[in-house]
Amino acid sequence: MDKRAAFRSWWLPSLFALPQIILILLFFYWPAVAVLRWAFTLEPPFGGAAEFVGLANFREVFADPLYWNSVGVSLAFALCGTLATIFIGLVLALAVDRQLPGSAPFRFLYILPYAIAGPAAGMAFRFILSPERGLMASVNASFPDFWNPAKYGSHALILVIVVFAWKWAGYTFIFLLAGLQSVPRSLIEAAAMDGCGPIRRAVDIQIPMLAPTLFFLLVIMMTEGFVGADTYGIVARTTDGGPNHGTDVMVYRIVEEAFRGLNYSGASAQSLVLIGLIMIFTFIQFRFIERQVHYK
Amino acid sequence: MRISVTQSFIAGLLAATTLGASPAAAEKTKFEFWYGLSGDLGERVQDACKKFNDSQSEFEIVCTSQNGYDTTLQNTIAAYRAKKQPAITQIYDAGTLDMMLSGAFVPAKTLMADNGYTIDWNNYFGGIANYYATAGGELNSFPFNSSTAMFYYNADAFQKAGVDFKPDTWEQVEEAARKLKAAGFECPLAFNFDTWPLMEQFSAIHNQPIATKANGYNGLDAELVVNKTKFVDHVKFFKKMADEKLFVVKTKQLGMDTVPAFTSQTCQMVQTSIADHGTIGKSLPEGVKWDVAMLPVWNGTERQNSLVGGASLWVLAGRPEAEYKGAAAFLNYIATPEMAEWWSTVTGYIPVTKTGFDAMKSNGFYDKAPYKGREFAIQSLSFTPTSENTRGIRLGGFTQIRKEFATALEAIFMQNADVQAELDKTVERGNAVLRRFEKTYAGQTLN
Repeated sequence: MDKRAAFRSWWLPSLFALPQIILILLFFYWPAVAVLRWAFTLEPPFGGAAEFVGLANFREVFADPLYWNSVGVSLAFALCGTLATIFIGLVLALAVDRQLPGSAPFRFLYILPYAIAGPAAGMAFRFILSPERGLMASVNASFPDFWNPAKYGSHALILVIVVFAWKWAGYTFIFLLAGLQSVPRSLIEAAAMDGCGPIRRAVDIQIPMLAPTLFFLLVIMMTEGFVGADTYGIVARTTDGGPNHGTDVMVYRIVEEAFRGLNYSGASAQSLVLIGLIMIFTFIQFRFIERQVHYK
Repeated sequence: MRISVTQSFIAGLLAATTLGASPAAAEKTKFEFWYGLSGDLGERVQDACKKFNDSQSEFEIVCTSQNGYDTTLQNTIAAYRAKKQPAITQIYDAGTLDMMLSGAFVPAKTLMADNGYTIDWNNYFGGIANYYATAGGELNSFPFNSSTAMFYYNADAFQKAGVDFKPDTWEQVEEAARKLKAAGFECPLAFNFDTWPLMEQFSAIHNQPIATKANGYNGLDAELVVNKTKFVDHVKFFKKMADEKLFVVKTKQLGMDTVPAFTSQTCQMVQTSIADHGTIGKSLPEGVKWDVAMLPVWNGTERQNSLVGGASLWVLAGRPEAEYKGAAAFLNYIATPEMAEWWSTVTGYIPVTKTGFDAMKSNGFYDKAPYKGREFAIQSLSFTPTSENTRGIRLGGFTQIRKEFATALEAIFMQNADVQAELDKTVERGNAVLRRFEKTYAGQTLN
C-alpha cells in the first residue's frame, strides 16, 4: 500500500502554502527585484524618473579603490570572526560537555551573550576597550599606543572581531554542545580507559565526529560575517568604519551609501556584488570543504 | 540590503500604525509631524505639540520622533514613496537640497498664502532664511531649530594659567594653549573630526569658498575647492598644534568626545554648537567659571557671518486639504514671539525671527546666567550680510561629503597623512559624489 499522503486536488496544498508564499514574495522577492531595478538605474530618492544607466553603477563601484579595500576588510573580518567564534564555541562546548561538577550553570551562561543585540554589545565594548578610558588605558599610559583602535586600522579590526566573537561564540556553542552530546559515550569511555586525556579524546574522537556541525557553522558564520545585521551594528557603534576606512566592511559601506548618501542605486549595485560574492564563497565551501566532511 | 528593507518596512509600519491608531475625535482634523530630535530636546518638541493642541480645538497634531536627523529624512523618503508621508517633517541642513529637488513639498510661502496667513518673511534673520531659501530668496521651508558653532573656554583654567584675554584670534588661542600647557593643563583645546566647525564655519567666517557656484547655490555643477583655500593652512596649523600636544583629539572612539571632555574639565577650550550651551552649563560642576565667544578668526581677517546649522520644517505634498489648514495653523503658532521665546529658553536654540530675538532681549533674557552668552550666536550669525561664501552650503550628497572629509581628518591627525595630498584626494572623491548627484537629478535646475 502506498504510504505517501498525497493531495488529490491541486488547490488545497496551494492554499496551505499560500501564506508562506506571500511572505516570501513580499519580503524577499519584491525587495530583491527592487534592488535589481535600482542597480541598473539612477533614481532620485523621493522617486521620479528613473533613468536606465546600464552597468554604470557597477563600473563606478569597481573603479573605486576604497570598494576593493572594503572587500579585503570584509574578508578578513568574516574569516577571523568565523574562526574565532567556532574555536571559542568549541573549547567552551568541550569543557561543558565533560560534565565536571558545577559545570551546569555555564551551559546557560555561555549562551547569554547571544541574547544581546550586536549594536548594544558594540557600544559596551567601545567603552570597555577605549584606549584612553577603558581597560587598556593603564597599559597605554606606560606603553603609548599599545592599544589604539582610533589610530590603527588593525587594532580597530581586532576590536570589531572581538565583539563579533564575544556575541556569536554563544551561538556556535549551542550547536557544538548539541553535537558533542550525540557522540556515543561508550567511545569516549573506551578511549579514557585506554589512557587518553581529554585533549587527545577531543582531537581524535569528538572533533572528527563534529565535522558536519563544524561545516554547517562555517557556512553560517561566514555568511553572518559578510552580510549579518550584527556586522553592520557592531561596526557602526564601535568604529564607524574607521580609522581611515580600516573597518569599512561591505555591509557598512552599503548602508552608509544608501542611507547617509541617499545613493540607492550605488548601494543596490554593491548589494548585488555582495550577494554574488557570498554565492561564490558558499560554492567553494561546498565544493572543496564539504568533501572532507563525513556525515556518517 | 537587509537593513534597507527592514528600515523601509519599519518606516511604513510606523506610518501605518500611527495613522491607523487615530480613531479621530470626530470633528478634529488630525495631522502628523515627524521630527529628528530625541532625548531632552525631543521632549521639548512634544511640549510644543501639546501647547498647540491645547491652544485650539480645530486641529490635533500628532508628533513622532524618528530619533535622529538622518533617520527622519530616510523615513520621510520611505513614507513618501509609500504615500504615507506626514504633513510636516523636520529635515536637517544637509538634507535641504534633497528636499528642494524632490518636488515632494508645498512651498512655505504658498502654504501660508493659501490658508490666509500673512507672514512677514523679512522678519527671519537673513543668515537663517537665506540658508533655506531659493536662489530668488523665497523660503521653501520654515526655519525651526537653528544654531551656529561657538567657542567655549574654561575661565577658571584661563585665570590659573595667567591668560587674561578673551581668545578672539587663533594666534591668541595658540598663546592661551601654550600658557595652559605650561601651567600643567594636559589638554588645552579639544577637537574632533566634525567638519562643521573646523571646515564649514571656518570657511564662512574667513570668507573662503567650499565649492564653486557660490557653494552650490547657483547650480548643480559646483565643484569643491576647499583644498585650495585658507582651510588647508588651518588644518596644517591644527596639525602642528596637535603634534605639540596643545590641541588634543577627543573622539568617542578614543573614549570621550569633545563636549564631555570640556564639561569634565579634561580640556579647557572647545568649538561646538550653541545648542550645547544648556548642556555645558548643566554638566559643569557648580561654581566653575566658563564663557562662550564667537569662533576665533586669524589675525587680519575681516570676519564674516557664520553659517546656520540645525533643521527646518517642510510641509509635504499629497496630503488632504484639511491637513494643510492645520499645518499652517501650527507653523503660525510656533512662530509667534511668545512661542519663539519659550522654545529658545527651554532648548538653547536661537530665535529665528528678529521680533522673537528682540522680545527676548528686552525681557533681559540674555543678561543673566544661565542664558548669558547665547546672544553671541545671533551676533555671529548676523555679523555681516550673507555673501556668496557665507550664505550656506547647497551641495548634493553633502552628508557623504562631510564623512569623506571627516575620514581625511582622521587620516591626517591619527595616521600622519600629508595634509595637502589627503585633502586633494578627498576633494576628488567629493566631486565624484557631486557629479553622481547631478546625474541623478539630470535636467533639474536650482531655482
